[in-house]
Amino acid sequence: MLSLTIREVSLALREGRISPTELCRRCLNRIKKTQHLNAYITVTEELALKQAQEAETRLLQGAPKGPLDGIPFAVKDNFCTKNVRTTCASRMLRDYTPPYSATVVQKLMDQGAVLVGKTNMDEFAMGAGSTDGAFGPVRNPWSYAVPYREQTGVAPDSDWVITGGSSGGSAAAVSSLTSYLALGSDTGGSTRNPGALCGIVALKPTYGLLSRHGLIPLVNSMDVPGIMTRSVSDAAIVLGILQGLDVRDSTTIPAPSSLTELPEDLDVKNICIGIPTEYHAPGLSEETVAQWSRVADMFERAGARVQQVSLPYTQYSIVCYHVLCHAEVASNMARFDGLEYGHRSEENSSTEAMYASTRHEGFNDVVRGRILSGNYFLLKQNYQHYFVKAQKVRRLIADDFKRVFSSGVDALLTPTTLTDAACYSDFTQEDNRTRSAQEDVFTQPANMAGLPAVSVPTALSRRGLPIGLQLIGPAAQDKKLLSVARWIEQRAGFPSISVYESDTQMTKRETSPL
Amino acid sequence: MIPCAPQQLVGVVGLEIHAQINSKTKLFSGSQVRFSDPPNSLVSFFDGSLPGTLPVLNRRCVEAAVMTALALNCTINRKSLFDRKHYFYADLPAGYQITQQRRPIAVDGILTYSLLGGKKRNQVIRKTANITQIQLEQDSGKSLHDDVRSQTLIDLNRAGVGLMELVMEPDMSCGEEAAAAVRELQLILQALGTCQGNMSEGQLRVDANVSVHTPGEPLGTRTEVKNINSTRYLARAIDYEIQRQIKVLQRGGKVQNETRAYDSKSGETIPMRDKEGLQDYRFMPEPNLPPLIVYEENASLPTGIDACQAVVVQQIREGLPELPGVKRDRLVQTYGILPEHSFTLVNEDGLVEYFEAVLKATKKEPRKVIGWVTNELLGHLKQQDMSVSQSPVSPPALAELLELQESGHISSSVAKQVFQEMWRSSGSTASKIIQEQDLGLVSDTAQLHSICQKVVDSHPDEVDAIRNGNKKVLNKLMGLVQKETKGRADPVLVREILQEKTS
Repeated sequence: MLSLTIREVSLALREGRISPTELCRRCLNRIKKTQHLNAYITVTEELALKQAQEAETRLLQGAPKGPLDGIPFAVKDNFCTKNVRTTCASRMLRDYTPPYSATVVQKLMDQGAVLVGKTNMDEFAMGAGSTDGAFGPVRNPWSYAVPYREQTGVAPDSDWVITGGSSGGSAAAVSSLTSYLALGSDTGGSTRNPGALCGIVALKPTYGLLSRHGLIPLVNSMDVPGIMTRSVSDAAIVLGILQGLDVRDSTTIPAPSSLTELPEDLDVKNICIGIPTEYHAPGLSEETVAQWSRVADMFERAGARVQQVSLPYTQYSIVCYHVLCHAEVASNMARFDGLEYGHRSEENSSTEAMYASTRHEGFNDVVRGRILSGNYFLLKQNYQHYFVKAQKVRRLIADDFKRVFSSGVDALLTPTTLTDAACYSDFTQEDNRTRSAQEDVFTQPANMAGLPAVSVPTALSRRGLPIGLQLIGPAAQDKKLLSVARWIEQRAGFPSISVYESDTQMTKRETSPL
Repeated sequence: MIPCAPQQLVGVVGLEIHAQINSKTKLFSGSQVRFSDPPNSLVSFFDGSLPGTLPVLNRRCVEAAVMTALALNCTINRKSLFDRKHYFYADLPAGYQITQQRRPIAVDGILTYSLLGGKKRNQVIRKTANITQIQLEQDSGKSLHDDVRSQTLIDLNRAGVGLMELVMEPDMSCGEEAAAAVRELQLILQALGTCQGNMSEGQLRVDANVSVHTPGEPLGTRTEVKNINSTRYLARAIDYEIQRQIKVLQRGGKVQNETRAYDSKSGETIPMRDKEGLQDYRFMPEPNLPPLIVYEENASLPTGIDACQAVVVQQIREGLPELPGVKRDRLVQTYGILPEHSFTLVNEDGLVEYFEAVLKATKKEPRKVIGWVTNELLGHLKQQDMSVSQSPVSPPALAELLELQESGHISSSVAKQVFQEMWRSSGSTASKIIQEQDLGLVSDTAQLHSICQKVVDSHPDEVDAIRNGNKKVLNKLMGLVQKETKGRADPVLVREILQEKTS
């Protein structure tokens, strides 16, 4: 039951094959059994059972609110949840409980979805491994599945792979079958990157299509709530619920269409797939290239037009991304001064001293480093040279995409990450900045341009770890993008993790049949 | 540097004015805007800078800024932008203020104001001050320092209230000009209803940039004078600062570029401890607010934009009320009153309306009524620190009194006496007071004859003088008759009778 998609489990609930409370209990049990993954910072057991009970009442009355009624979900811990602590995986907000819920969280709850917990991440979403949070690193569920264990043959506690980040907790939650859907956030790839490494579908919608109200920001001009599910259709269902104008977020746009069903069988004959040559980047693994070619060939064989395209400014994207990201981080983090909420230092010799030690104690060195460089970029003497220049290049990057899409390309097909997931011990050899630059290389251009992008798992690597490919589409064409993604999903044959559940390392064996 | 000769140095004054927008809710949140509510009772999640909250622009504040800009002949920017200005301060919860640094809502305006000059201060001198820009921005909260317990208390009720910052060019030369300009601005804002304009309550905050130079030379180093809470203090602060700078230069010293606070007790400006030395505000575009677009007219609205949601300049222009300058010109032309009287009328809230209401109810000429309004009424009001609306004498009541005087029932001196009586016993009418106190003119010829006879009989020397051709002495006799009648005798009749009796 836990390995089903939303669509399937929703039907099971309606048909009474399982009750919302039973489903909720199973998810909560599985969260306990997979605690070693460190996917959750807070498990909202009590609230979940209460919400499940309410859903049960509605279902018994034959009046479910919609396809998500009674469906357990998880939320990255940078979305505000009313009366549920929201930490951003930082000491700064370790005990912070917001008095309101993010619009996207509220919309899911209004649909009857059941919140099971808040997921782990890199501190303030700054990272690409989910290794840099105050609550410790997240472990990739595939580290404990048969294929990887058989390949490595070492004890899982001494060798496990990362989830990617920064929404690693959410990816692990969906991948380890503790929730059917999870919200991530995507600023430079933070939803797609762990989605690819954990073998799930991860959608970064068009900028502005989903409200950011209640999402604790990383980079306001790039942040988008991300949708993480086990199938493309599930992502489409959730997108349909979350998209649209929000009066609380002035950057939202009206939903272009009420997202109904994705086509069951897309005819790709009229589809043109672009392969950006610049994405043949250094460090790209042979296996990932092989997947990329495999799927491109699949399109070609099915009659789609597949053509090489060029995005010449993409190579400058990651540098500009870092300048803009750090500048906004410096600004957004200014509010954490210990006065209104969050951590406050004992230091009280002066207000300035209190600020300084509060921020030193509250933020990790990654956050502090970005604040420092961001403020440097914003200094009067540097502003033109860094911030303005980066914005100009950002425009050129966006123009690259526009030009390609207006030439008739419907979607760009690229790898999501350079390789499959790295071992924790290898990953932490490099610093956060280097890792972010490597990990976000394929994903952040879509954020720079505000475009929708989705990562779809296509195969397991020789190491037994997921490989994902990314589709990038024109702005506001999220539905079309998902239709193409679904076409890939239907043909790629990516296995469910539940297939490899025989290994008891991942969880203690479940009592009920999956 | 050679010290300049004192007579060559003149002051140069530019103003930066923060006007609190008179709106129900704050600039970017739905919190109410009210004063003297309990601390931190008007603070939304956004005002408290709770993580994840976003600004939502209040259309009413934009309209207020556009209206103000139109009244000051500004060019409205069809597209303006918001920026973040960063600094750490306890009453700035987000660590930055949202303002309009790069592209403000309006630029290039003119404030026309007038001074009364000349020997008798009755000459109207018209002046202009250029307005560089008007920008929308957030107000900060308030810090209250408790020195005894050495702690700072923060009240965020004011945090996020909409401000219009008006930056004026250094077009003024002294405190009086600056005070007159600010007074005119106050009147304009109040007429528009975009700001209540009370300086002592902080609704209008004026900082003065002051420097001195020799005309024709580049401007001198300026100081910024803050903490001024009335137009009177503004004039004093500026004049003090000009004199201080002149003295510094005369001593061979240098004017420091610094911020100074005006101390109203000593009448001096004193250096303020700079908040954190040299500030770099690290301006950055506000990423959570799209560009602010205003439309010229309804016809220029793009499809899909709701006319009720958009800010349309033409609509605001059509709704502009009569501005003080226009009102003064109208009063002078319509009623033939002196320009200085038009200033007095317009300066006092409600006085024009009072004046016009009196005129409606009396046939007395406006030029004769104006003195009653600007001297008697206003004098009494000022004495008791009352506003026009609090006047115990209503316009119709005053009109009745003036009618009685005009028709010869009472003399002008009695009229003033009756006015005082009306002021004391609110609600009592002029005719009632005249009747009760027997203040009506004595025009009974027989009675007047006998009084006049008595006076003539008892003053033979004066009568002789008159008969010898010194007609002026008749006035003395008339005064004596008025004394007998307590000023109630009809002067025309008395003159006639006395002339007859002394001929």
